[in-house]
Amino acid sequence: MSGVEIASTLDCTGLVCPLPVIKLSKAIKVAAPGAVIELLATDPGAVADLEAFERRTGHRVLERSEASGIFRFLVQRAS
Amino acid sequence: MASEGRKRLALVASKGTLDQAYPPLIMASTAGAMGWEAGIFFTFYGLNILHRERLRHLQVSPIGNPAMPPPLHALPMVKVPNLLGTLPGMTAMATTMMKGWMSKAKMPSVEEMLQMCIEADVRLFACATTMGVMGIRQEELIPQAQCAGATTFLDYAAGADVSLFV
Repeated sequence: MSGVEIASTLDCTGLVCPLPVIKLSKAIKVAAPGAVIELLATDPGAVADLEAFERRTGHRVLERSEASGIFRFLVQRAS
Repeated sequence: MASEGRKRLALVASKGTLDQAYPPLIMASTAGAMGWEAGIFFTFYGLNILHRERLRHLQVSPIGNPAMPPPLHALPMVKVPNLLGTLPGMTAMATTMMKGWMSKAKMPSVEEMLQMCIEADVRLFACATTMGVMGIRQEELIPQAQCAGATTFLDYAAGADVSLFV
């Protein structure tokens, strides 16, 4: 595990597009600048969507991994 | 132009069936989640999506839609003849079927998707011509709907980075 401090976890397992990104965006809005949100998702589009989200919004995806069908992302709010 | 260098999405929603209501609402709410401005021009049957009553009763028909119903996983060779779609009750059945898939996939209802758009400050333009042609009054629409003509929408869309017709 990395030494990143996780501010909150957003469980979006079982949810399809557009919900993971919408919930992530809401969580980022109330997070402090620099805070890291852990996002769990099973939506097969999430991997590509998070890349696009990072590119378009400037919020960084610090880590991405997959275990037993669940994608895990660590997203850091831009400062 | 879009303010503060934000991207802008401009959509036209022209269809009022259950399946066709989702794409513009998904695109616009997602645009909002990405920090974009988004606006949808609801025209002709698309205006039903902004109609207080009708938006709850959008339907999908199997007639003229050979993709529906999809083959059953268990019986992939069995195809339902399109003609059966003309039987009474088939539209209601197809609608119930689609709502079933949606809820199984935990997909929000059209009302809930619309609410997400409203929360994301998506502009909801109600086509003035359609209101005139179909005899729909402003008070029949949800309060966030803004009655507008093609000129208003084109002015908005002229400043858009992405425009799509649904």
